[in-house]
Amino acid sequence: MGFQTPLYQKHLDAGARIVDFGGWDMPIQYQSLIEEHHAVRQHAGVFDVSHMTIVDVDGPDARRWLQYLLANDVDKLDVTGRALYSAMLNEQGGVVDDLIVYRREVGYRLVVNCGTREKDLRWMNQHASGWQVQIQERPELAILAVHGPESIDKVCALLAPALAERVRALGNFRSLEDGSWFIARTGYTGERGLELMLPGNEAPALWDALLQAGVRPIGLGARDTLRLEAGMNLYGHDMDESVLPLAANMEQTIAWEPATRDFIGRAAVEQQRAAQREGHLPILTGLVLEERGVLREGLRVVCKVNGQPAEGIITSGTFSPTLKHSIALARIPALATDCQVDLRGKLTPVRVVKPNFVRFGKKVFE
Amino acid sequence: MSSFPDNLKYAATHEWVRVEADGSVTVGITDHAQELLGDIVFIDLPTDGASVSAKQEISVVESVKAASDIYAPVSGRIIAINKALIDSPEIVNTSPYGDGWFCRIQPADAAELNALMDADAYAKICE
Repeated sequence: MGFQTPLYQKHLDAGARIVDFGGWDMPIQYQSLIEEHHAVRQHAGVFDVSHMTIVDVDGPDARRWLQYLLANDVDKLDVTGRALYSAMLNEQGGVVDDLIVYRREVGYRLVVNCGTREKDLRWMNQHASGWQVQIQERPELAILAVHGPESIDKVCALLAPALAERVRALGNFRSLEDGSWFIARTGYTGERGLELMLPGNEAPALWDALLQAGVRPIGLGARDTLRLEAGMNLYGHDMDESVLPLAANMEQTIAWEPATRDFIGRAAVEQQRAAQREGHLPILTGLVLEERGVLREGLRVVCKVNGQPAEGIITSGTFSPTLKHSIALARIPALATDCQVDLRGKLTPVRVVKPNFVRFGKKVFE
Repeated sequence: MSSFPDNLKYAATHEWVRVEADGSVTVGITDHAQELLGDIVFIDLPTDGASVSAKQEISVVESVKAASDIYAPVSGRIIAINKALIDSPEIVNTSPYGDGWFCRIQPADAAELNALMDADAYAKICE
């Protein structure tokens, strides 16, 4: 038996199939992954993501320390509540983890992956010596993600009117706090929605109220197809410590300016930028297969670079329930042409597209 | 819970077989198999008219999560395939023992059916 979130019994009650996910007993799906996927694209769904790790960072040096720890720059968080996506790099420029950091009234809140929890905490603590920061994990908090075109209305209908009004006014990548509740307009689906962090013992009542309001429970299976349609990376699959952010479609998340800001991994990543400009670094890009078949993680991509044979690999692949054909993220040479995927021994041509397939329920690539 | 109808015979590779009045057999995948696969999105059907040997790969099922080979439970000739599964593979999820059948085989040697399991034996290996 693994770790269980405060909603474990609720998942069983909703008919979930439970799987091990990074040491946690989590719902992979309830009835149908595809129906759950459509519920989020068309209406509203709720995910229990309490397995993810919340880390609060506080203290006089919190801002300067995060500017050193993260490749993106928390100085961009000009107002309380604003959120930022960032990589945390090692000295070689490899991705230790990806995370969201929120600016709070006092200090910052980070949400990191569950599979990297111990490594991340060790890394943070190891790099905190000499800085006046407090790093505090918040395991007592649950996280519910409610996403879909109807999600914000459904959540707001359950909140006190004054709070509901504040939540409706939230812009994308903004958050607010109300007592022990933290509510953010962030997520991992490509739809509008909220992530609610709240004391674990209050989570089951919120879960019940959402389900009663017609919000469907969504398992990790649909969470993966939704994030892949949205072209969002999954740590440990699309990037890890052996991959530079430049080769993981994360260049936009690196704050190069001010040039004087020294962050861990900066020298290594800068050194690779020239190679990238010349097309020598691989890229993480989107693949589309419009005929029958499913692109899967680990499959070989056979291609050409300047007429010479070359190779890449699929880092995440699935059937897209919205598009009704297969899509994938793949790491291939920057100058690759004539891409084909080895599907059960048959080389099948695939189209290379920008790694963003579906936003707000609609196809977004050409 | 998966269902295991008593009137069927089962292969360890999760196919079911129903013996018809004319001696042919109808073949599909079990409720347990469709549950493990999850939402099915593509099926490459067996080739109509093909001669097949028992345990030969005759079909491929792709779900959102995984691809899985389907094997001939008995040797013989394929005399019908369920073309409805080409456009609506999800029928296998909703009706694995009914409208979600894959093919019919005219067995070359009816004795091969004795090598298949009954419902109780198959249910045990699915525990």
